[in-house]
Amino acid sequence: MTTTVVFGLCGAAATGLGLYGVIVNPQPLRKILAFNLLSSGVFLFFGVVARRGSVSALGGDPVPQALVITGIVVAAAGTALAVTLLLRFFKATGSMTLSAGALAGAPADSIDE
Amino acid sequence: MTTDIIVDCILGALVLAIAYWVTIARESFAAAVGFVAYGLLLTLVWVRLGAIDVALMEGAIGSGLTGALLLRASSRLRAKEQSAAAEQSGVILRATVALVSMIGAAMLATAVLYLPDPAPTLAPEAAANASATGMANPVTNVLMAFRAMDTMLEKVVLLVALAGVWSLARDWLWGGRPGPRYRADPKAPLTLLAQMLPPLGIVVGIYMLWEGADAPGGAFQGGTIIAAMWLLAMIAGLTDAPPISNRSVRLALIAGPLLFLVVGFGGLWLGEAFLAYPVAYAKPLLLAIEFAMTLTVAVTLGLLIAGPAEREGAP
Repeated sequence: MTTTVVFGLCGAAATGLGLYGVIVNPQPLRKILAFNLLSSGVFLFFGVVARRGSVSALGGDPVPQALVITGIVVAAAGTALAVTLLLRFFKATGSMTLSAGALAGAPADSIDE
Repeated sequence: MTTDIIVDCILGALVLAIAYWVTIARESFAAAVGFVAYGLLLTLVWVRLGAIDVALMEGAIGSGLTGALLLRASSRLRAKEQSAAAEQSGVILRATVALVSMIGAAMLATAVLYLPDPAPTLAPEAAANASATGMANPVTNVLMAFRAMDTMLEKVVLLVALAGVWSLARDWLWGGRPGPRYRADPKAPLTLLAQMLPPLGIVVGIYMLWEGADAPGGAFQGGTIIAAMWLLAMIAGLTDAPPISNRSVRLALIAGPLLFLVVGFGGLWLGEAFLAYPVAYAKPLLLAIEFAMTLTVAVTLGLLIAGPAEREGAP
């Protein structure tokens, strides 16, 4: 067992949990949360690969590390867009689920004005 | 060595326990709080993996900014939580998905255990070419020089996301101010905090940008801290969010990508390649881009969190 193996397995489990949450949770906000778990698991893989690629001069391979930094920013931007979309949907329908019953008959833009 | 492994195992178990809690928690608000804790623990994991630059990023954006977004959304949606919680996936679906997820995770775990040895790495190349940019932080070198195209396009992605957020405003509010206007309460502790913290935070943000050349840190991390300070002042009511049609806001938003593009095409024009920096001027050029990018990151992230326009823009 080494540090990279421990956190690599941790990343695998976080990815699995995130995948489960994305499919099973019916509420969009919970799907967004689960999606962030999934992406953090994938980022951990990059960390493990970077750590394994360390040479005497550097503590890790800087290329995967830089890719993860880019990835974290893009994931945050995607989350911001998804959350805003969800809040707008909530404002328009008064519902926070995507079920068909919630969508039917809700007067547009009547809630929270 | 064994103590290290024990600490790693405890940390990994904690991370997974919180990830599990985030997945199954009944209330969205509790799940969002759990996600912030998860991000902070993940920051420690990144430190253990020797990636301090990524740890700073995870703490500032992965946990802090994303956490703030999710907490705000869950508190806005709280009133409707009860009716939505009744909706559940069926037992068969849940069992099937659990099985599929476990198989997926097991396959990934196997891949981790059988990673190639010796590991392929670009670290020697990055270290050997560090002298070309005059910067000692290898991650900043990769972000700003060796893979500058990724970083430039990422700035563009941020802008597209912001345009998406803005376009969710009602038509007649286009160009207005985002979010509610918070009223400052002169006696509230939040007001005091919002007066004391930003001067320090802005200095820390700029320090991180400057230090990022040679030590962990950089434009993203510095920009995020400055964005957090701005948001703190906005939420405490000490300053109002600018109207999104404001010209200086728009200029700040495109400063980073624009300078990046100008330098990029300059490289093309001077005969080398797109985004090839002349070695003699590499460091000043990179610093200029980093300064412009810090401004852009701070303004973009602040406005992404502030959300679409909800009020008329007129003062």
